[in-house]
Amino acid sequence: MASATTTITAERENYLNASYGFRSWLLTTDHKRIALLYLISITFFFFIGGFFALLIRLELLTPQGDLVQADTYNKLFSMHGQVMIFFFLIPAVPAVLGNFLVPMMIGAKDLAFPRINLLSWYLFIIGGGLMLYTILVGGVDTGWTFYVPLSTAFLGTHVVLAAVSIFIAGFSSILTGLNFIVTIHRMRAPGMTWGRMPLFLWSNYATAIIQVLGTPVLAISLSLVGLERMFHLGVFNPQLGGDPLLFQHLFWFYSHPAVYIMILPGMGVVSEIIPCFSRKRVFGYEFVALASIGIAVLGFLVWAHHMFVAGMSVYAGMIFSFFSYLVAIPSAIKVFNWTATMYKGKIYYSTPMLYAMGFIGLFTMGGMTGLFLASLGVDVHVTDTYFVVAHFHYIMVGGMVMAYLAGMHFWWPKITGRMYPEAWGKLAAMTIFIGFNLTFFPQFILGWTGMPRRYHAYPPEFQVLNVLSTAGSTVLAVGYLLPMVYFLWALRYGKEAGDNPWGAAGLEWKTASPPPTYNFEETPVVTWEAYNYDELPKEVPVVG
Amino acid sequence: MFPNFPIWPVRAAVSASNLDALFIFLLLVTGTVTIMIFILVTVFALRYRHDLVDKATPILGSTALETTWSLVPFGIFLIFFVWGAVLYFQERTPPRNAMEIYVVAKQWMWKLQHVDGQREINELHVPVDRDVKLIMTSQDVIHSFFVPAFRLKQDVLPGRYTTLWFHAIRPGTYHLFCAEYCGTQHSGMIGSIVVMNPVDYEAWLSGGGGEGSLASTGQKLFQQLGCGSCHRSDTQGRGPNLVGVFGKPVLLEDGRTVTADENYVRESILNPGAKIAAGFKNIMPSFQGVVNEEQLLSLVAYIKSLQGSQPSGLVSNRPAVPNAPAQSKAK
Repeated sequence: MASATTTITAERENYLNASYGFRSWLLTTDHKRIALLYLISITFFFFIGGFFALLIRLELLTPQGDLVQADTYNKLFSMHGQVMIFFFLIPAVPAVLGNFLVPMMIGAKDLAFPRINLLSWYLFIIGGGLMLYTILVGGVDTGWTFYVPLSTAFLGTHVVLAAVSIFIAGFSSILTGLNFIVTIHRMRAPGMTWGRMPLFLWSNYATAIIQVLGTPVLAISLSLVGLERMFHLGVFNPQLGGDPLLFQHLFWFYSHPAVYIMILPGMGVVSEIIPCFSRKRVFGYEFVALASIGIAVLGFLVWAHHMFVAGMSVYAGMIFSFFSYLVAIPSAIKVFNWTATMYKGKIYYSTPMLYAMGFIGLFTMGGMTGLFLASLGVDVHVTDTYFVVAHFHYIMVGGMVMAYLAGMHFWWPKITGRMYPEAWGKLAAMTIFIGFNLTFFPQFILGWTGMPRRYHAYPPEFQVLNVLSTAGSTVLAVGYLLPMVYFLWALRYGKEAGDNPWGAAGLEWKTASPPPTYNFEETPVVTWEAYNYDELPKEVPVVG
Repeated sequence: MFPNFPIWPVRAAVSASNLDALFIFLLLVTGTVTIMIFILVTVFALRYRHDLVDKATPILGSTALETTWSLVPFGIFLIFFVWGAVLYFQERTPPRNAMEIYVVAKQWMWKLQHVDGQREINELHVPVDRDVKLIMTSQDVIHSFFVPAFRLKQDVLPGRYTTLWFHAIRPGTYHLFCAEYCGTQHSGMIGSIVVMNPVDYEAWLSGGGGEGSLASTGQKLFQQLGCGSCHRSDTQGRGPNLVGVFGKPVLLEDGRTVTADENYVRESILNPGAKIAAGFKNIMPSFQGVVNEEQLLSLVAYIKSLQGSQPSGLVSNRPAVPNAPAQSKAK
């Protein structure tokens, strides 16, 4: 990292060349360096989780369970889920882009608690290290959901170890959320009112609320699983007098809002990119901002829609179905506003914009299929099938990973001071979009025709669609490797970016690229509204 | 149409026809809106491409539009919600006089028991055009009884009974899947539902069985365990008379009233102290670990078969609780 920036930094000091050596990184309290530490860590976990996913898809090429044994397959999908959710998706945007951008976007020198920020990365690494250890000593086969009494009384794998690793990583998430809430409340530059904040901050603020209020419930649920497993505390296991549905209520009380932890920051990224490459203010700023808060609040009232066939009361099902439709409205509002933002704009097809448009498409399909699942009668048929698998991958991979990559391309020049090769960026964006649809669209049909999820072997009539899906996943894998390669290449060989290559609004673009350690030479004073593109150059300076 | 490439599951029950109508409606509405958004994004991207436009037109927003695209989806969502909820309610409300079949799930097989005594494993024979109700429990972890051709699914839990009912309309053999991940051989916990014409079904019924009805098995067990020494068929027993109790409200010692359904009978056998019928003492021992799930089901079937004459209203065979009916009305 340091050697890559030497040519640029001959001119001035920045956060990358301010100091050198392992100590200067491992003991840093600079939010930008911590963001990079997170970036390296979660990229590592993304490729581990992706490797498991590829093995899953290879196994499902044929109806027989022939590539790996049943127990191995169960471990593969369990660890794919746990690694991807807790060690990639949840930290992805907040801990990398959020860490880097939240202080810069409000004109602050750092987060409110820089040392707690570093602590949160260490907790993540301890949790992640334990997860790696769990994988190396044989893995865990609970699914990512740890359903009882299977996890507490029937499985012989490293359930407690995996639970402890997620428990610890959860505190890293809580601390990041806490830091963001305090920072956004207390450290905005003069003139940076709530109504002038970039939407990325609104969505990260909403996310932080969920992280702080929801994650402790996950910690409680996993602790109880551990206690019941080790000491036969009869909380969940009916043979000990417990109630297995209680676990599902506790687990989903966190894990449904966790879906919004994963998607809300992505929505924030897209809300930055579409105005920039349409050269105009986001349509309906207030509505997009409040929609984030609406999602965070309503998101806490829908958890039991994961339990419509679990044996819950019919009337409880109806209430949760109704709230699930309510929470869909703020998401719909956002999609309509992003689309309307493009109306009468001046639209550039730069790489971040391609990813953002891909996000709109895939997120819309994920959201629309969510309406099927919120409908009680339909859910009974398609829940626990590949329909659900396809639905949440459209939201979390189609939506969130597209948004994350959109953000990585958008802010890469700011983070590293270098441009990536634009043509490769566009190629990767399109490869990922096509590969994603090839992989996951067939799974909607598989689920609707009845193929249950988490099946190691399946009836032969489902084979054609599974082959299609596996073929698509290889395209998707190539798509994900491409940015990895050209980003690394760009570190050394990329063109110098300049301070504001996109002509973008936002305080982070008013400082150098890469920024100095304390972000701004002097504290900025904000006198303009967010996304004041009518006062900025009418064109994007760098056109690929 | 394409035997190796199905895009629509077989429709073999009333519930499947009902659901398909809603599913098609959802497909049409969400499909239209999705395509509309795709077209808008594409058209805007092409029409307002940077080299075709000199400068973007600043537009801040429109409260009228925001209100429209909040309220119109809300209205449409209400239709999805009500339609889905009505189907769910129907699916979860078994008709009276449905033919009952008992299901015990375990890692990794389905055990199915007909009231006439036939037992099956991983295969369930049912007649077409009859209401069939499944009363299900699990011996170990959570499983889920899933029949795609009926569009029905219900989790099967340890420690309680859940139910599922269907009305098959088409003879044939259909997949039965376990849909809740249950450990190593989860994907091997599959079977089939054989829907038969009434004539074939009668022939199948007469071919199997032999052990006598499930209720008679339960009766034998009831005697072996000595239940009858307290649960006598008169009013002199130390426990309640069980004749005619099933399906009726029962007044409890603490003043609550519960319905004597399968879950109540089950709980009263395994954990008798949990809900004590009014006028009785907590003296019954627990049968946890003494009877297994299948024996429990036969006891439930036996108690269900005791349809004697009891006074209507609250079941209480003790004259010591004269005002029981009045209390129930007060609730």
